[in-house]
Amino acid sequence: MAHGAVKHDYHLVNPSPWPLVGSIAATIMMFGAVVWMKGLGAFPEPAATAGMLGKMWGSFAHAFLTDGKPMLFLGGLGLVLYTMVGWWMDVTKEANQGDHTPVVSLGLRYGMILFIASEVMFFVGWFWIFFEMVLFAEHRTLTPMVGNFEGVAEAWKAWPPKGVELVPAFHLPLVNTLTLLLSGTTVTWAHHALQVGDRKAAKIGLGLTILLGILFTSIQVYEYNHILHENLFFSEEAANASLYGSSFFMATGFHGFHVLIGTIFLIVCFFRLLGGGFSPKQHFGFEAAAWYWHFVDVVWLFLFAFIYVIFGIA
Amino acid sequence: MAHAAAHDDHEAEHIPGFFTRWFFSTNHKDIGTLYILFAIMAGLVGGAMSGLIRWELYEPGIQVFKAGTWLATTGLVEASNHGYNVVVTAHALVMIFFMVMPAMIGGFGNWFVPIMIGAPDMAFPRMNNISFWLLVAAWVLLVTSMFVDGGPGKGFGGGWTLYPPLSTSGHTGPSMDLAIFSVHLAGASSILGAINFITTIFNMRAPGMTLHRMPLFVWSILVTVFLLLLSLPVLAGSITMLLTDRNFGTHFFDAAGGGDPIMFQHLFWFFGHPEVYILILPGFGMISHIVSTFSKKPVFGYLAMAYAMVAIGFVGFIVWAHHMYTVGMGVNLRAYFVAATMVIAVPTGVKIFSWIATMWGGSISFKTPMLWAMGFIFLFTVGGVTGVVLANAGIDYSLHDTYYVVAHFHYVLSLGAVFAIFAGFFYWFEKMWGVKYNEFLGALQFWIMFIGVNLVFFPQHFLGLQAMPRRIVDYPDAFSLWNKVSTVGYIITAASVGVFLVILAEAAIRRRKAEANPWGEGATTLEWTLSSPPPFHQFNEPPVIKPDDHH
Repeated sequence: MAHGAVKHDYHLVNPSPWPLVGSIAATIMMFGAVVWMKGLGAFPEPAATAGMLGKMWGSFAHAFLTDGKPMLFLGGLGLVLYTMVGWWMDVTKEANQGDHTPVVSLGLRYGMILFIASEVMFFVGWFWIFFEMVLFAEHRTLTPMVGNFEGVAEAWKAWPPKGVELVPAFHLPLVNTLTLLLSGTTVTWAHHALQVGDRKAAKIGLGLTILLGILFTSIQVYEYNHILHENLFFSEEAANASLYGSSFFMATGFHGFHVLIGTIFLIVCFFRLLGGGFSPKQHFGFEAAAWYWHFVDVVWLFLFAFIYVIFGIA
Repeated sequence: MAHAAAHDDHEAEHIPGFFTRWFFSTNHKDIGTLYILFAIMAGLVGGAMSGLIRWELYEPGIQVFKAGTWLATTGLVEASNHGYNVVVTAHALVMIFFMVMPAMIGGFGNWFVPIMIGAPDMAFPRMNNISFWLLVAAWVLLVTSMFVDGGPGKGFGGGWTLYPPLSTSGHTGPSMDLAIFSVHLAGASSILGAINFITTIFNMRAPGMTLHRMPLFVWSILVTVFLLLLSLPVLAGSITMLLTDRNFGTHFFDAAGGGDPIMFQHLFWFFGHPEVYILILPGFGMISHIVSTFSKKPVFGYLAMAYAMVAIGFVGFIVWAHHMYTVGMGVNLRAYFVAATMVIAVPTGVKIFSWIATMWGGSISFKTPMLWAMGFIFLFTVGGVTGVVLANAGIDYSLHDTYYVVAHFHYVLSLGAVFAIFAGFFYWFEKMWGVKYNEFLGALQFWIMFIGVNLVFFPQHFLGLQAMPRRIVDYPDAFSLWNKVSTVGYIITAASVGVFLVILAEAAIRRRKAEANPWGEGATTLEWTLSSPPPFHQFNEPPVIKPDDHH
């Protein structure tokens, strides 16, 4: 059986260095993150008596690693990004040479859907802690009034907790909601155009989607700036209520990070489109980006509904 | 098949050179082998750690973890009470994330899921490899974390459950951050693996291999990886909260800022409970095959067996707070979690009775894998029964965090999951390595280990009922008898691991040629239709599965 010709349509990928390189990169990045966060790394200037190799390593360590410098982290991150670029370029090459038969293409679809499912569960964690905070706020009034906890019971008597100023939902957050919803329609427009072979419309639709994504991120940056500048969450008065700011920023922040990833994904698709990639029949890279974009959109709708509207209006 | 012609890799037996083959692999069997070697290594390390624990607990007082002992002179682990906690923590993390999961899912799953469904490889062969190498990265981070400053001393000693405040203000050093990143990477590895397995099973089954004709091991892996896919991201989120609480001034689990340390326990166990089923479900699948093979009968109640695993997986998501009965939850909440937890005994019972019914009236041969499988059924049932005891919140109030709990989960894991791993290892030994193991030595190892592990863990039930707390370096004299017995059991178990290594060496030296199907007519799944070891790429022409084929 083994020695016959291949009679299936599956894609047996050739050996690849990327998994190993990527894992080494991730290890470096994680070590670098710890060095950076913890301010580690005491590397004095190398002694004059050190050998040549010792001197080279010594001055390298002194320049880039000492006292929690982020260089190791950034180096690891760079290598991770390099791996991703190299890996996905290989995938694109394989797609172009016809390795993505219908059954392989279906497999990629399963893969992307499952990846998005895992991402959904990641956000479940952040929503969970937010709901625990708002729905069981009154439990915090049972906190004994001792030491560090002295003001906690007082702070959580009412919603919002003491010292926290909520962000008005129907100002910029509403604009952001409309921005993302609109970008959902433009990406669908691009998809339909691509399917019927109208590449010009596809480019316009996709370009608009990217611009709307960038607009969303810009508004979010502006709003974060505003929140921090006006000290809405972390004022002196809110010392016993900083859980609100923590969960607000981590939930919306991770969403923002995913918008950024989605935007980059769309930009990659845009350049592939400009470079003549994607056919009306086969354009899974684009579809995956669009699915991801819709996922990011839906997460925002939940954030908007619960953080900004339902529990965001006092 | 235009794409096949475009490549040169369709020359069936083109095996790449050593470095490319083992470091850049895209072959599910080679990656499976790497996983199994990794798991054996991690198992020896984790086993050595339990040796330190049992040595320390041989007598009341501090023996090993104090200044001036040989442990202090080696300088490997901090010789202090904190060092003991570090070893307990690392033992759990190593055994769960780096031994049982890699062996079962990464090792046997990679090897046999594609073969059993008649596929030539996994759906994403390259991604399969990063699942493995990320695990190595996670291992490097975890091991490093043991040797750097944790705060109270070297390493993190707050238990594998990583509860704050021990994991936040209790351990301020970089050790805990490294441990968090280690779990992040291990989680990413498993999520990618889960995506790979689900896609493979849904998309690459051979013609005629409907879901309801799929071998039970494939079913077990399918359920397992769904649990991984849906529970691990929640863990990733919660340990990210730990990380930001430690380093970026958030207050998720700090009551002073309105945070709630109990919330971490909810988030953790929402992952943690599915996780313990992740550790045992692939074992269920393997045991079904082995019991059927050596009874020369098809599995009793195939569909019920498959859906029992689905039910266990589903219910596994809604019972998490039974790990937290003593945190002060409301009585209604506890009542719910008691009831939901008890429900799990039903599908588990279906499995136990179906295995027995499979053996009933069969022509049983007691080869090594069957010994392990029968040992599994017996001992897992013991662990399951104590699980039903602990499911009761009222009883758990007394038994929480005692050695009774330790005995319970070691019966289902050490004597359950590990027995299943050994069963699968010997069941597929010839298939994977292309040589035969020595049947006498196999049986010898089983019996020594069976006696050893029971001596280790059965007395711990008594200790727990006498309220000996877990994760404490010392104990009162009253507990010395059963602790001594337990440590003697450890020595016997260690000897059995020695026999295991002898089995490996003996098989490697003697090199008795393997048969394609050493087990005869009882072995009906597709891996037995291939040579031993299988060709580098099997099923270049997909097999066709007929409706009357046994599972």
